[in-house]
Amino acid sequence: MITRKRLAAGVCALLAALTAGLALPAGAAAGEPTGQDAPKVDLVLDVSGSMRARDIDGQSRMAAAKQAFNEVLDATPEEVELGIRTLGANYPGDDRKTGCKDTAQLYPVGPLDRTEAKTAVATLSPTGWTPIGPALLKAAGDLDGGDGSKRIVLISDGEDTCAPLDPCEVAREIAAKGIGLTIDTLGLVPTAKLSRQLSCIAEATGGTYTSVEHQDELTDRVNQLVDRAADPVVTPVPAEGAAECTGAPALKSGLYTDREEFGQQRWYRVDVLPGQELRASVSVAADRAVNPAYGVLLRAVTTHGREIVRGEAAGDGRTDVISTGLRYPEPERDDSDGDKQAAETVCLAVSHSFSAASGVKTTPGLPLELTVDVVDGPGQAGDVASFGLGRGWWLLGALILTGFLAGLVWGWLSRWRVAVWRTN
Amino acid sequence: MRTVRALSAALLTLGLAAAPAAADASPSPSQDSSSAPTRAGTSFRTATEFEQGQRATASGSTGDYLYWSFPADTGQRPTVRATVKLPDSHAAQTWQIDVYDGLRRRQACQYGAQTRTAAADTPSVELACVLRTVRAWSEPWANDPLPGTYYIRLTATGVATSDLGLPVDTEVRADSKDIGGAAAVDGSLSEPLVPGIATKPEDEQENAAVLAGLEPEDGWASGWWSDRWVWTGVGGVLAALAGVAGYALTRGPGRPSRVPPPGA
Repeated sequence: MITRKRLAAGVCALLAALTAGLALPAGAAAGEPTGQDAPKVDLVLDVSGSMRARDIDGQSRMAAAKQAFNEVLDATPEEVELGIRTLGANYPGDDRKTGCKDTAQLYPVGPLDRTEAKTAVATLSPTGWTPIGPALLKAAGDLDGGDGSKRIVLISDGEDTCAPLDPCEVAREIAAKGIGLTIDTLGLVPTAKLSRQLSCIAEATGGTYTSVEHQDELTDRVNQLVDRAADPVVTPVPAEGAAECTGAPALKSGLYTDREEFGQQRWYRVDVLPGQELRASVSVAADRAVNPAYGVLLRAVTTHGREIVRGEAAGDGRTDVISTGLRYPEPERDDSDGDKQAAETVCLAVSHSFSAASGVKTTPGLPLELTVDVVDGPGQAGDVASFGLGRGWWLLGALILTGFLAGLVWGWLSRWRVAVWRTN
Repeated sequence: MRTVRALSAALLTLGLAAAPAAADASPSPSQDSSSAPTRAGTSFRTATEFEQGQRATASGSTGDYLYWSFPADTGQRPTVRATVKLPDSHAAQTWQIDVYDGLRRRQACQYGAQTRTAAADTPSVELACVLRTVRAWSEPWANDPLPGTYYIRLTATGVATSDLGLPVDTEVRADSKDIGGAAAVDGSLSEPLVPGIATKPEDEQENAAVLAGLEPEDGWASGWWSDRWVWTGVGGVLAALAGVAGYALTRGPGRPSRVPPPGA
């Protein structure tokens, strides 16, 4: 009997050791096709009269900009199509109307010939007005076409002198028009007013604003921005949400972009098969001055209007974007009649509670980014703990105690049986 | 009989010693920072990816919104740290890190200075955020951290106009404490919470644009392993040994003297 028990204990130990030793690592692949056109960058340089000021490392702003351009042109990655546009380079006169139209393409956007571009830059000398708005519009035109990433790098040393056309409004309109166009701005020895204007332009398009006081800062920053343009980026697909679920665009897995006005609700539909999981996330960007309390709400609703799940977020203070997400595993259905189960249409409703600061235009709406992923559903949990297994010293104590008591009882039972056998 | 008892006692001590040792074994994060990124993205879409344990740096401007992302797996409790080196002279600035999960849901920080105000002319500001433990599964209606991509957003939330655009150097780092089996739950996701995972093609392509492509250094955990297996297994063994010991106790030293040997 003892031998048999010992054997049983041995088998137990072996089993435990085997289970303990097993582990299954899993892997997944990464990658996505690009199929994208070359990234395009348009450098927009202010060549207005104020660029003569000699306050960047003892040299004039123009000289610093030229030197920076030369270094940037050397470092530009092969795949980037680079162009240069000037503003205020040609008209030295006092007529505002003419001066505010003064923007010219110095080097066309296309495959870069470094020597040619450098020669063109060398000819520049500080001249006229600062028509930032018109220059941005023209630059956006230069970058037209292709589905690669597009970037405007605006370098200026003075605020726009061509009111009433607000360059910030222009930037917002450009962003509303083109997909994936970013405007980065650099201010040379900026005043507070210039800082405000240039950061407004940058924020309107999801770009960045940098103030520059030294020549090496200028070179580094422009290089960084050109490099950033060369990074492959997923381009979102434009979608136009409807005002209600019926008639809303049907979306598949992917990245979408839309515009949503203040107080509006946008609806989209996604088909989800039983056993699949819908993952959706939405970001609403604040591309203009908004009041400092805001929120976003994403709801998944059945076609009958029942809310399934919602994601919500709220915030206050300075922000570029507010985002939230949800996931909804469509349950497996047992009562399927045919072989193929019908997909359920899930309606996604997006609304945000941004409010425009006073005097800020409300159209076009705020940019909205929606990611949709439909994947296989999650495994159901049968227990709070992993596979219902135990863990910790209490577990060991309880098992030892029960094992010990079981051994005792078994032992007494067999003694009693021996005694009974003896008396008979 | 004596040998059996000695053996069981030895096995008991061995089992008790081995169980916690096995349970607390945890992989340490790698210290590789050779290929750490030196730039940051400016939106969720362009966030720069880095692995845990790497030190990602980027130079930016005050007012920029800088984005990074890193993968975090089941059983990890990530800590995100950021250091911002401010320019020599500046007004008081408030800096903040926010962490979002793969569904762009904001994740709460258990502790750590997520927001900090640097007084005027302070050379740097340090921020930290300790996330909750990443679970293998949670109810869809909950926003518990799940394995997948985590986004970091670093920005100045309170900044004077005169400071806008001033150059700053930033550095972020994500490390994890391995919570292991204590946080193990049943169930698992079919795919980690990585944005764009449903549109990912089978074959890998170099230099392709993805929303997030990085996975933990040793791949996503299958969700199958947990140290609960060790505890439960060792518990079973100990129970069996305790059973043998209890049984042996009732038998006393050797066969009862008055019982004739079997077959007599």
